[in-house]
Amino acid sequence: MSGTNIMIVGVGGQGTLLASRVVGGAAISAGFDVKVSEVHGMSQRGGAVVTYVKYSRQTVSSPIIGLGGADLVLAFEPLEALRSAAFLKPGGAVITNTRRVDPMPVVVGVAEYPEGIADKLRALGFDVAEADAAGIAAECGSQKAANIVMIGLLAARRADFSKAEWLAAVEASVPKRFLDVNIRAFEAGYAVGS
Amino acid sequence: MSGKILMLGNAAVARGAYEAGAAFVSSYPGTPSTEITECAADYPELYAEWAPNEKVAAETAIGASVAGARAMTCMKHVGLNVAADPVFTASYTGVNGGLALVVADDPGMHSSQNEQDSRNYARSAKLPMLEPADSAECKSFTKLAFELSERFDTPVLLRLSTRVSHSQSLVELGERESVERKAYKKDPMKYVMMPGMAKLRHLVVEKRVTDTMAYAEGADINRIEYHDKSVGIIAAGIAHAYAREALGERASYLKLGMVWPLPELLIREFAANVGELWIIEELDPFIEREVRAMGIAARGKTDFSPCGEYTSEEIRAVVLGEPAVCADPPENIPGRPPVMCAGCPHRGVFNVLSRMRLTVLGDIGCYTLGALPPLNALDTCLCMGGSVSMAHGMEKAAGRDFSKKAVAVIGDSTFLHSGITGLIDIVYNKGASTIIILDNSITGMTGHQQNPATGLTLRNEPTRKLDLEALVRAVGVDRVTVVDPFDDGATAAAIKAELDADEPSVIIARRPCALLKGVRYTGKCVITEDCRDCGACVRSGCPAISRRSGRPRIDPAQCVGCDYCRGLCKFGAIGRVE
Ligand SMILES: Cc1ncc(C[n+]2csc(CCOP(=O)(O)OP(=O)(O)O)c2C)c(N)n1
Repeated sequence: MSGTNIMIVGVGGQGTLLASRVVGGAAISAGFDVKVSEVHGMSQRGGAVVTYVKYSRQTVSSPIIGLGGADLVLAFEPLEALRSAAFLKPGGAVITNTRRVDPMPVVVGVAEYPEGIADKLRALGFDVAEADAAGIAAECGSQKAANIVMIGLLAARRADFSKAEWLAAVEASVPKRFLDVNIRAFEAGYAVGS
Repeated sequence: MSGKILMLGNAAVARGAYEAGAAFVSSYPGTPSTEITECAADYPELYAEWAPNEKVAAETAIGASVAGARAMTCMKHVGLNVAADPVFTASYTGVNGGLALVVADDPGMHSSQNEQDSRNYARSAKLPMLEPADSAECKSFTKLAFELSERFDTPVLLRLSTRVSHSQSLVELGERESVERKAYKKDPMKYVMMPGMAKLRHLVVEKRVTDTMAYAEGADINRIEYHDKSVGIIAAGIAHAYAREALGERASYLKLGMVWPLPELLIREFAANVGELWIIEELDPFIEREVRAMGIAARGKTDFSPCGEYTSEEIRAVVLGEPAVCADPPENIPGRPPVMCAGCPHRGVFNVLSRMRLTVLGDIGCYTLGALPPLNALDTCLCMGGSVSMAHGMEKAAGRDFSKKAVAVIGDSTFLHSGITGLIDIVYNKGASTIIILDNSITGMTGHQQNPATGLTLRNEPTRKLDLEALVRAVGVDRVTVVDPFDDGATAAAIKAELDADEPSVIIARRPCALLKGVRYTGKCVITEDCRDCGACVRSGCPAISRRSGRPRIDPAQCVGCDYCRGLCKFGAIGRVE
């Protein structure tokens, strides 16, 4: 119970799976017990995706997080941050990318994309930080590294692992030829988050 | 935690097979089981293959076992329906080399068409079933499955669920056991299941059930953990993990590693030592019914739903009356259903079908997403292969005029899985249905597996490529057309022509999945000033095209440059940037 429960949410294709593996890797190297829960298959295709990372000095039994169970939501897309609100503990933290991706019901005009999501989350009592991860990643050389920018933002706000542990976990999870851009992305996210 | 690595449950099952000295794996993909076989293929010591369907996969694994090798087959829950026929009789023949049948359930239906509970198969087929709770158990239970299989001369079922298959937790790696292939001996009394032999084997099966039940009583994978005895929990697999987290030491536990047969004496002992007894299990009240049949009072589905997944938070709320404190979810949050990818070749066919307002018998694959807005193109989706046979049944029941406005759509992998038999039925029984095979050159939905029509094996070795045109001609379909689904006019014309023909026809809509490595679209599409806002591009359901500030706009981050939308625009208002 004394562990940390992180929910990583986004849109299929945004690299949330890799991000959750980075967090899991950092937690292991810091000596925690860890469970990372992923969803493969259908929801990879532009649907809402959720992964859970739980780490603790004690044994982690369940790999998933229920209502009111998350300490932190790392959202790759603002609407998905809002959707996870009920999963946060009271006063929990949200780190969200500001880049919105319209879901199909919005595209075809049968639903409206909510405005002012960060404020809505703050009104619910959550501690919200925002950044344009996609923009920051583009400046680092590849918009695809937005997931690692998000990791940088998270690293700056969670002191559970050292920066070296974070960097080692990034290195272990991304393909060699994209390592440089991902390190830059991590550092940029870290700087913005600090 | 040194020496341990973070491993996906599915990868740990493959590792278990490897360490157990298994030599053979044959499977058909299906979420959440797919990665087991993919990971098994990474061990050169193991022979691993994709079979065309689960029945074939199970039969080949049975063959390998009879030949004396330790063999495994893996499938999703509905795959076991397809494989059930050989599995039920393999229960009678027993094994030679150890045989593990791995089946992954999907509570919550993250990626499935139903939520069936495969434990019911263990009881019906009279096969032992193990159920791991995390990756470490995935590995050790897989090894145990091979041992028990040989010890009790039976196939052994290993039941996973999405959260076990797709969660990573720590695993300690071991060495591969060196297991010699057992000699094969002709033994018709054991392997030829005619009534005379099968009657005798049935007696063997019933004795084995008694023997495995006795084993279950003393097995260390069924273990009691006493803490506060006012609440007692019986649970297995992931449900135990949820309960353990929810209740900690405020309850006592009987954790079942073997969910069939159940250890009656152990259950009675536990029940006698605890206050209120709860059975915590997702889906069916499988254990609960057995416990009640023993005359033991228990709560379970009295308070929990048979639908969907559990969470620790829910268990704490129900068992301890301590609901989680959480924010009121804001209302009216637009949903985000999965969509066909930008560049998906299926879009072309569904856009035409949607415009033509046909009855479309659908099947299972990425193309099932054609059911969703804005295409809304599917009328049915039942099971793999079902589209073809249902089209025939509808034609025979509703008449030829009806079938002139109906088509079946089916993916390449799904057609080879079980669509071909439906097509034979159509030809044989003088039907005139129109079948569209959506050939994107891959098994897409489950994450890009090779299949007989791609010309590559599981290990990406070149092999004889199945010729779809020749196959459908060989079963007696004379009208076979191949179209590019991104050629809107040609696709529409072909569908019209084949619907009018009074004989069976097959249209193969062929264009590779946009996510395949070899597919290299370049540049981006952009909407120019000439746009008259007719909405034709938006209606195609491409996720790169949205209508944020009134007029359609193409998001360059999502556009893959496939040009499909350019062909739809009557005003030539979609240009390109390279
Ligand atoms: C009996 C059964 N086995 C496996 C599955 C899992 N499954 C769903 S779709 C699919 C394959 C789809 O491939 P294909 O027909 O080529 O269509 P694509 O997804 O590429 O469009 C599989 C294996 C299932 N739903 N049912």
